[in-house]
Amino acid sequence: MNILSEAAVEKALDKKMNDVSYKMIGQDVSVYYGDKRALYDVNLNVRENTVTALIGPSGCGKSTFLRTLNRMNDTIDGCRVTGRIALDGDDIYDPSIDVVELRARVGMVFQKPNPFPKSIYENVAYGPRIHGLARTRAEMDAIVEKSLQRAGLWNEVKDRLQESGTGLSGGQQQRLCIARAVAVSPEVILMDEPCSALDPIATARVEELIHELRANFTIVIVTHSMQQAARVSQRTAMFHLGQLVEENDTDKIFTNPDDQRTQDYIMGRFG
Amino acid sequence: MSSTHIVSIYDEELKYLTRRISEMGGTAEQMVSDAVRALVTTDGALAQKVISEDVVLDNAERQINEKAVLTITKRQPVSADLREILGAVRIAAELERVGDLGKNTAKRVIAVQGSGMPRKLARGLEHLAELALMQLKEVLDVYATRSVEKAKAIRERDDEIDAIYTSLFRELLTYMMEDPRNITPCTHLLFCAKNIERIGDHATNIAETIYFMATGAQPEGERPKDDNTASLVAAEPSA
Amino acid sequence: MSQVTTSPATAAFKASVRPERRDIGLRRRYASERRFRLYGLAAIAFGLLFLFLLLSSVVSKGYTAFLQTKITIPVEFSEQVIDKDGERATDPKVLMTANYPVVARNALAKVLGVDPGDRAAMREVGGMISDSVRVQLRDLVVADPSVIGRTVDVAILAHGNVDSAYKGQIDLGVDEKNRKVSDRQVGWMNQLAETGALAGHFNTGLFTNGASSRPEAAGLGVALVGSLYMMLIVLVLSLPIGVAASIYLEEFAPKNRFTDLIEVNINNLAAVPSIVYGLLGLAVFVNFAGFPRSAALVGGLVLTLMTLPTIIIATRAALKAVPPSIRAAALGLGASNMQTVFHHVLPLAMPGILTGTIIGLAHALGETAPLLLIGMVAFVADVPATPLDPATALPVQIYMWANEAERAFVERTSGAIIVLLIFLILMNVGAILLRRRFERRW
Repeated sequence: MNILSEAAVEKALDKKMNDVSYKMIGQDVSVYYGDKRALYDVNLNVRENTVTALIGPSGCGKSTFLRTLNRMNDTIDGCRVTGRIALDGDDIYDPSIDVVELRARVGMVFQKPNPFPKSIYENVAYGPRIHGLARTRAEMDAIVEKSLQRAGLWNEVKDRLQESGTGLSGGQQQRLCIARAVAVSPEVILMDEPCSALDPIATARVEELIHELRANFTIVIVTHSMQQAARVSQRTAMFHLGQLVEENDTDKIFTNPDDQRTQDYIMGRFG
Repeated sequence: MSSTHIVSIYDEELKYLTRRISEMGGTAEQMVSDAVRALVTTDGALAQKVISEDVVLDNAERQINEKAVLTITKRQPVSADLREILGAVRIAAELERVGDLGKNTAKRVIAVQGSGMPRKLARGLEHLAELALMQLKEVLDVYATRSVEKAKAIRERDDEIDAIYTSLFRELLTYMMEDPRNITPCTHLLFCAKNIERIGDHATNIAETIYFMATGAQPEGERPKDDNTASLVAAEPSA
Repeated sequence: MSQVTTSPATAAFKASVRPERRDIGLRRRYASERRFRLYGLAAIAFGLLFLFLLLSSVVSKGYTAFLQTKITIPVEFSEQVIDKDGERATDPKVLMTANYPVVARNALAKVLGVDPGDRAAMREVGGMISDSVRVQLRDLVVADPSVIGRTVDVAILAHGNVDSAYKGQIDLGVDEKNRKVSDRQVGWMNQLAETGALAGHFNTGLFTNGASSRPEAAGLGVALVGSLYMMLIVLVLSLPIGVAASIYLEEFAPKNRFTDLIEVNINNLAAVPSIVYGLLGLAVFVNFAGFPRSAALVGGLVLTLMTLPTIIIATRAALKAVPPSIRAAALGLGASNMQTVFHHVLPLAMPGILTGTIIGLAHALGETAPLLLIGMVAFVADVPATPLDPATALPVQIYMWANEAERAFVERTSGAIIVLLIFLILMNVGAILLRRRFERRW
């Protein structure tokens, strides 16, 4: 197993003493798509049981960074990642790490609600099934119910679990996707603009859900909406042109950011 | 607020503001009443306590402002929610002023001490303070219930305090003319009376803010005033 | 525009003034749209007209092929004719070689009241009966030798010419010498028809008989079985191979020059004329591998080769059409590539794959040229028991019948075309039903 540089570990330990523990550590992360460089030496750590929002103008690399965290970039041809990313101290790009296991630990919710064209039950049960998390039908039922409850969807769908997941409304579909991600009991949930296809009420529901999930999961969310970042996150990281501009408490970023670019961006003066 | 927000933490933030305002109100009320009691009983220790308590209100106001700014930043409130937050900021400022006035009154206790203030004067002051405190207490109750009618009623009752203040002003002038040695304590008492009268004004302001929070409109019409001290002059000593 | 009347209620409002109308070419645009619709309608009408012509010509010529004229008469299985010397107990060959046509001729002559001594008349009587009567009666006697010496009612196939005449396909106005039925035969035919002895029956022989030079006895049996074998072989081979190849190319293979090259070649293969596949099959399967000629197995293999590119292209298109978000969702949950493909992508692509496969199969079913090259254009009388036996195929049978000169084969050709078309329609309906079923599951 690759060991992170001593400085980073020391930093993490140092932070731990200040009652902050980091779930994921990103160190000098650079991403290339072919010859094109999309991220420049990003150093960004993700705190445990915290919602970290990644904001910035389009094409700033925030989604790219998010996808490095569970190696979804692997599926893109010609994508190369350098630097180190660690989950609980283990380098996730180390050859000894199995990407399937990594993704079971670091779940993902996508921009467009993408339920499988199967029943609501099957959508939630799929993850636990492939990972063998339930031995009996009753166990699976319990997992499905708990996940749907966590996603705040149980009361709306409990009478029609066998109906197709694609028949739900957009907001319900997205919460179904969240339930599906939660069902695998990941440690980290990555959300890539989860509300960009939803109406304001559905968005509010998902945001409320994120707030509740925070107690049990570490969440990293990419969002185009600065207001959403302000609403849901405790930590905010601002990206610009593939670089991490600033990372700080959300309250600080949105009331009095350190960096002029952040200031201009959140005030709507560029981007 | 009849219904809750989908995002529950938003409700919590609004509730936090309401709770802190109520706390501030309670503290301010206590300070004023303690200050007046210290003045009447010339209790230096109590006055000292009031003076030291003011920092609590200052801090509370700062925290409310910070929370309000954060809430506006994060939630982009509109309509009733926005008025709720703006109202909280305004009421916090009013209550902080009330605290300052209480503190100022307490400070004068030490100056007045040992000057042998007439009982009659102190009683007048006490009555004025009672009225002002009742006004404050009621307005804080209204803040809890958001009753538009009551807020309007409180606003229209301010002239009572003004009337008592005017008569107290007259009385103090008379005392000072009678004996120049009374001038020092009476001046202080005059300021104390003014302070208490101002508290009534702040209560009225709060009532107006509550009206605004509940309805989104400013209350119409001039508010009744019976403070004639601005045009009052000391009569030429006849003797 | 009409003037706005100012009523007291609307006096407060003032109508806005319409600016000068601009010419934005609306008339021209609508005219061109109408023109384009007309072109489209004309094209469709043209196509429908030809479809109608084709179908009506085929059906009008072919429907009679499903009826076959038979003469039902009491036949005396005279021992005198069949087994003159009483040797059948010792020599089974006797029954096989007996002169059955004479038995039938005598029976018919008896019914018609023709003097057996009139040889010319007797020859004409014999001409009314199909030559296949020899086989028909032989099979009857061999199956049950006890009929010898008795008289049994038998429905004998009428001769092809009588069949044609009965169906009105022979112009009786033509001089007797220039047509294939004599006036006397026509008279007998009418006489038999009146008594009900001669009548049209549903032609089961069309579906069961093998090749025959006598049209009334020729059937599609061999071709149907041959085509069935080939379709099964094509389905069993090309579907798994094609789907596996497409999945690998689409989901697993790295995108590089080599896979690009393969893709180009597959697309080219789909466009290669089918006769080239016939040559390939002849060279590889028959000459090199030594499989028997004319066998359904070889035909199936050749058609598999021909169908594979179609199936691969259709399958890849169906896989590509599955939204990437589904793959991302499965991968994001920690499904492996294989699980993603088999649990999510493939089921979603299934309707498309099935459509492609059935269209490929239908294409193969109608294919003639490569089969000619591997010798499936043979005269096969016996229904093949295994795919290794000689067989023909439906389209080849049509081709062979179309080359026959006799009038009665014309209706058979059209009848066979109808059968082929019905099979194609059934396959397409099957494709639609399958797709519906698969789609309803989600």
